[in-house]
Amino acid sequence: MIRSMLSSACQEIVRDLSRPVDSVSLQHRSRSVRARSRLNEQRAADISDNALTFARRSHDMPLLKSDESKSMLIAEVPRHNLARRAILVALAFCVASMAAAAQEIQDQNVPLISGGIGFVTSTNGGNTTYIPVISPLLAAPIGNHILVESRAIILDPFSPNGAGKPGYNSNLFMGLNYLQADLLASKHFTVVAGEFLTPFATYNERLSPIWIGNFQDAPLTSSVGTMETDSSVGGMLRGSAFATDHVSADYAVYFSAASTNQQFTAERASGGRGSLYFPTGRLEVGASYGRQLQNVHENFEGFHVWWEPPNTALRLRSEFSKGAHAGGYWVEADYRLSRFKNGESFVGRFEPVFRMQQTFRSRPDSNDGLPGANTQQADFGLDYRLPHEVRINTSYSREFSSTGSRNIWQTGIVYRFLFPTWRGK
Amino acid sequence: MKSTLLLLTCLAGAIAILPLCAQQADHKASNQASPAQVKQASSPADTGRGEQVFKQNCARCHDAPQSFSPRISGTVVRHMRVRASLSEPDERAILHFLNP
Repeated sequence: MIRSMLSSACQEIVRDLSRPVDSVSLQHRSRSVRARSRLNEQRAADISDNALTFARRSHDMPLLKSDESKSMLIAEVPRHNLARRAILVALAFCVASMAAAAQEIQDQNVPLISGGIGFVTSTNGGNTTYIPVISPLLAAPIGNHILVESRAIILDPFSPNGAGKPGYNSNLFMGLNYLQADLLASKHFTVVAGEFLTPFATYNERLSPIWIGNFQDAPLTSSVGTMETDSSVGGMLRGSAFATDHVSADYAVYFSAASTNQQFTAERASGGRGSLYFPTGRLEVGASYGRQLQNVHENFEGFHVWWEPPNTALRLRSEFSKGAHAGGYWVEADYRLSRFKNGESFVGRFEPVFRMQQTFRSRPDSNDGLPGANTQQADFGLDYRLPHEVRINTSYSREFSSTGSRNIWQTGIVYRFLFPTWRGK
Repeated sequence: MKSTLLLLTCLAGAIAILPLCAQQADHKASNQASPAQVKQASSPADTGRGEQVFKQNCARCHDAPQSFSPRISGTVVRHMRVRASLSEPDERAILHFLNP
């Protein structure tokens, strides 16, 4: 299903994108044909309009056979036509230069396929699950103002049957994370339509790709404000409100319709996010709001602070989010050892990571995705960046809860790929 | 005089088109370009702002890809403009940084 959708989408994109190229080449061809026919007409006019010229020219300027072609360009042309022809030649060069430049720009906008492929193991409370996963991303620009992009995830977690039974059980899952069309309407407005990641706090939009997040697991509060499905179906308006050297502001507001389609599941909701970024201090603060508009109407609020202290390799990220029944926060810190050693060295490729999480439950709700009881969790991770876009993630987590404490061990290897959809000439 | 004029015109046109041909030849010669390579190839003044914008916006979430084809640099930057809510000047600066 996904494959057929993607292939048909690719075919449409390829068809659409091939049009301008064809039209450019056709314009080139028709332009050169017109130029040639104009030149022939000119020559015919030079000869037929003034027959005497031709006769006299043979008298005045006897032509050598070897100079015949040259004479057609220079010697036979009247002086006023020479200037015109020089202008034509210059114009032709200019047009050729512009066409080449246009082609160059066009060449930068080839649709791309990116994503990650990985293998993750997770041992949670003594039960181990193996998860092969692939998450492809397609981005295809159409014209100068439209971008169609989509990300999917295919995973097939399998684990031992347990209870003395041999073999494994598995559960294949395929789904679209988003499939959206972006219209770059102006400097400050981008209109998004389709299925898109719900813009609430930061994790869902920024850190959920498997090749980006420092931990394999999402934070415990990641479902707050994202309306359980993480995706919305409808429209979104987003962009940069303003940007100066000292501060920049961005925003995103959306409305989602209820959808029960298997691939485009969403709840009727609305909300938005706004954030301020201070480049000097490398500090970002933001707030999010969401309102569920179906069944029980609920509000969700979120705040986030990201800080990268200047001239250090430390990175701090944090989020606080709260729903009607539960809330919580997470704080994550990572430090790149490339600060001490070259990023290509053995030591420089390590990245220790730490995350602290806590959730608070005010009322029971089995559907909000948060733990049923107040929970604290500490995650200790160590990532290693291999060459060729391969990263190894390892982590140990200790979860404390009134329902019981447990250890979570995770390892994973992820390869990130990024290439054009077709090879260049 | 006439031939000199025409020759000069042709020369001017050739000079105008040669850099583009050279640029295309460079692209063909090196299918992969990394931001680091790009940084070395262009002047600090040209790439300074683009690099700064890249660090402040894109690198906050993820590392730069080690290498990618220059043919998708426009698509990458447009994707980032939507994801990171970049302003139009910032988009241009990053595009210049990735593919000057």
